[in-house]
Amino acid sequence: MRSAGTGDDIMNYTTETVVIAVAAFLALLGAAFAHDHLFAVHMGILSFCLVAGTILLMRRMDFSAAGTQVRVEPSGYFDEVVRYGLIATVFWGVVGFLVGVIVAAQLAFPDLNVAPYLNFGRLRPVHTSAVIFAFGGNALIMTSLYVVQRTCRARLFGGTLAWFVFWGYQLFIILAATGYVLGISQGREYAEPEWYVDLWLTVVWVAYLVVFLGTILKRKEPHIYVANWFYLAFIVTIALLHVVNNLAVPVSFLGSKSYSVFSGVQDALTQWWYGHNAVGFFLTAGFLGMMYYFVPKQANRPVYSYRLSIIHFWALIFMYIWAGPHHLHYTALPDWAQTLGMVFSVMLWMPSWGGMINGLMTLSGAWDKIRTDPIIRMMVIAIAFYGMSTFEGPMMSIKTVNSLSHYTEWTIGHVHSGALGWVGMITFGAIYFLTPKLWGRERMYSMRMINWHFWLATLGIVVYAAVLWVAGIQQGLMWREYNSQGFLVYSFAETVAAMFPYYVLRTVGGGLYLAGGLVMAWNVFMTIRGHIRDEAALPTTFVPHAQPAE
Amino acid sequence: MEIYTAMRHFADSWGLLAMAAFFVGAVVFTLRPGGKRAADEAASIPLKDD
Repeated sequence: MRSAGTGDDIMNYTTETVVIAVAAFLALLGAAFAHDHLFAVHMGILSFCLVAGTILLMRRMDFSAAGTQVRVEPSGYFDEVVRYGLIATVFWGVVGFLVGVIVAAQLAFPDLNVAPYLNFGRLRPVHTSAVIFAFGGNALIMTSLYVVQRTCRARLFGGTLAWFVFWGYQLFIILAATGYVLGISQGREYAEPEWYVDLWLTVVWVAYLVVFLGTILKRKEPHIYVANWFYLAFIVTIALLHVVNNLAVPVSFLGSKSYSVFSGVQDALTQWWYGHNAVGFFLTAGFLGMMYYFVPKQANRPVYSYRLSIIHFWALIFMYIWAGPHHLHYTALPDWAQTLGMVFSVMLWMPSWGGMINGLMTLSGAWDKIRTDPIIRMMVIAIAFYGMSTFEGPMMSIKTVNSLSHYTEWTIGHVHSGALGWVGMITFGAIYFLTPKLWGRERMYSMRMINWHFWLATLGIVVYAAVLWVAGIQQGLMWREYNSQGFLVYSFAETVAAMFPYYVLRTVGGGLYLAGGLVMAWNVFMTIRGHIRDEAALPTTFVPHAQPAE
Repeated sequence: MEIYTAMRHFADSWGLLAMAAFFVGAVVFTLRPGGKRAADEAASIPLKDD
């Protein structure tokens, strides 16, 4: 069953268009009767987006007689939504990296804060949400919809529901990002959107679950491939985390402010139960699903040990959910809960490295591909960073280490070695695998540009992570330095000033990573346009220098 | 606090036992004799089709 260009595009979405137009009017009413000014502006933005959507849908309508309209091809795979998802992934990736470089520069040079809309406090969640939810989320949704069809040998369940998932998710991103810039935030880490945006994401997420699970249920392949287990764990757990963490009471049903139903330390623990499992199930489980499909595909070899991948799955699922309290060491959280979080974090090292070994060993017998295939090289460095950050994380969760590292730049460095190294690189590998496949091209526009992207990104991560290790340890040591009379040696302002050179270098590292992202965007764009770059082929065979006979 | 206490006791007794048993069961089932062939078949799923 080969996916051809099916007729999905030419369908008339009559009901959908009417519903969106009505929703645009309701959003306008929401703006008119808003309880506060910010809600009015936000509903205005929503109404504008929905009007734009209505116009786009009406322009695509086919008014020819009913019999002559092109029907949907019921056989082939539903790939058009995956194509849109890939473009969205690349676009949001570049946006997210760019905002990251801007906020890094703002830390080094505070004059770059443009109050109130573009100061650090508002742009930081734009950066984190753009890279995690817009870049990472789109990558997960589009690859999961691709992988589940291939490994189940079934077309996506739910007809056009996958389009709702795609566009609904983009609307969530727009509302979240514009909300942060306006100053609408519930102040929960990685869960800043307010109650009405949270409700919208819940609806989209349930639709996503229906599409994914429905496809699994109607599969033609008897066994459910392990990548789908990871994807499904990601979808189900994120639904659970999102709903519980965002339980809140709005001040008004036409207002932008709400209050959490939890208070005090319970609220803190709920937030970090959510926050760490966003790392565990969004940034780890979902991307492991990607690893278990795209690494075997690109290497053209089955995964090293399928049974290890199953054990990897269950061990990860059973342990990750308990690790959250390590974000609350030495706080009001009961001591036993802190210790529990630490113990489970340390135990997590085992399944993580099991998975890393499984991914790397998939290449055993084909190690030369690391030298000859730049896409494999990207995937291998991703898995290496997965191993590195899943070693660093458990170490930092140990209370004595955490007493030095907590609240310092070291934590930021750790997050980025995982996010830039693991999440970013495995996604880039999947993008380079998928682009030629989805648009029916022989290969990427340029293999040398993949190589450039690899080195720009790797160098960027190394600079970023190494600089923040030094910065974080210096910061932690300066904060705890006492003199012989028991007074602190450094004022807080002195520790901030000492960070300046590191902040500048971190901006440079992020800039290199952004440059790599731009190279990828150009490469993907030219591949879609159908060009092949005129370039010397990458060396594929190793030619040893001839040794003269003695 | 009655509900809290009851749930807490359930969580660190039968709940913990049930989850541990499920996990051990999943591992044992995966490593069962004869599981290797089924696993090898499953591993080849992505390579069969495009």
